[in-house]
Amino acid sequence: MSDASLHASESGTGEAGFGDYFALLKPRVMSLVVFTAFVGLLAAPVPVHPVVGFAAILFIAVGGGASGALNMWWDADIDRVMKRTQSRPIPAGKVSEGEAFGFGITLAVMSVIMLALAANLMAAAILAFTIFFYVVIYSMWLKRWTPQNIVIGGAAGAFPPMIGWAVATGGISVESVLMFALIFMWTPPHFWALALFMKSDYENAGVPMLTVTHGRKSTRKHILVYTLLLVPVALAVGVTSIGGPIYMAVAVLLNLAFLKGAWDIWRRDEEAAQSDQYRTEKRVFALSLLYLFGHFLAILAEAMLGRFGLGGW
Amino acid sequence: MGLGRDHEMHKRRFSRNLGLGLVLGGFVALIFGLTIAKVTNEEFSVPNSEKIERTE
Repeated sequence: MSDASLHASESGTGEAGFGDYFALLKPRVMSLVVFTAFVGLLAAPVPVHPVVGFAAILFIAVGGGASGALNMWWDADIDRVMKRTQSRPIPAGKVSEGEAFGFGITLAVMSVIMLALAANLMAAAILAFTIFFYVVIYSMWLKRWTPQNIVIGGAAGAFPPMIGWAVATGGISVESVLMFALIFMWTPPHFWALALFMKSDYENAGVPMLTVTHGRKSTRKHILVYTLLLVPVALAVGVTSIGGPIYMAVAVLLNLAFLKGAWDIWRRDEEAAQSDQYRTEKRVFALSLLYLFGHFLAILAEAMLGRFGLGGW
Repeated sequence: MGLGRDHEMHKRRFSRNLGLGLVLGGFVALIFGLTIAKVTNEEFSVPNSEKIERTE
């Protein structure tokens, strides 16, 4: 330790607390990762020892967090420009870019190795691919190149239930692929609904967003098209072994509501949206959160009831 | 500086050090728990190579 590191003012960065390192892991994103991986694990037909399950979910969460830290390392230049991200640990001067990279890469490698030891190689391989996909394919390549960034990049957030399923079964099946597809198809309409009402400065940061490159009318059309593609995926989950009457009832209701929301967004023009301060767009965004949570909660309910001989078809 | 007095840096870094200590402690407990869970599992078996060594 050098003398300089004794004094925060001389160390080049502010003094990072434990919370700053935790913030690098993007805890809000991590909560979605934990929840969907947990559902994937419990919905699988093979029981998992509670300690093994807990450890596996923890390592999946750490792996997701590691990709968040590596994303913040790579996007530090953008984060400094955009108001929304200026308080993140790197732009705020709490953590240096090198520290974030070291922290992220260490946790990424550790989480993959530990998941392989705690669960199996298949789960660890999917986790490693998820981290690679989010950091290299999405952050480094797609994000600054194409307005479809969120569509393909959304895959990174869709892998956790597949990993949870693989922890239990050691493999991939139609159910886990459909859970992946559900989040994958849900991400674009969810994000674009937000993009319509959030005053974002992505443009200043040089990130091509659909609302800017193709216009807001085109974004509204995209939301409707992707919602139409999402519906059959959501309903298809219901006819597999992880579905059942509860899931189907929830799926039908939520999909009707989401379709209605997407239709309303498509029919509106910018003038109408501005006049009521994007009420419909905000409502659909809130509904999209309930949509994903509701579907996975219904899968969980079917799995729990299945333990008592109830649930399922 | 007396032995009992902390440098200002120690106070500044207390939360980080405490957090890291708790994480490492938790990690050790988790690995212990995992080990117990795995070796008490019915499917657990001693690898063949070790069985051979024991019989020799």
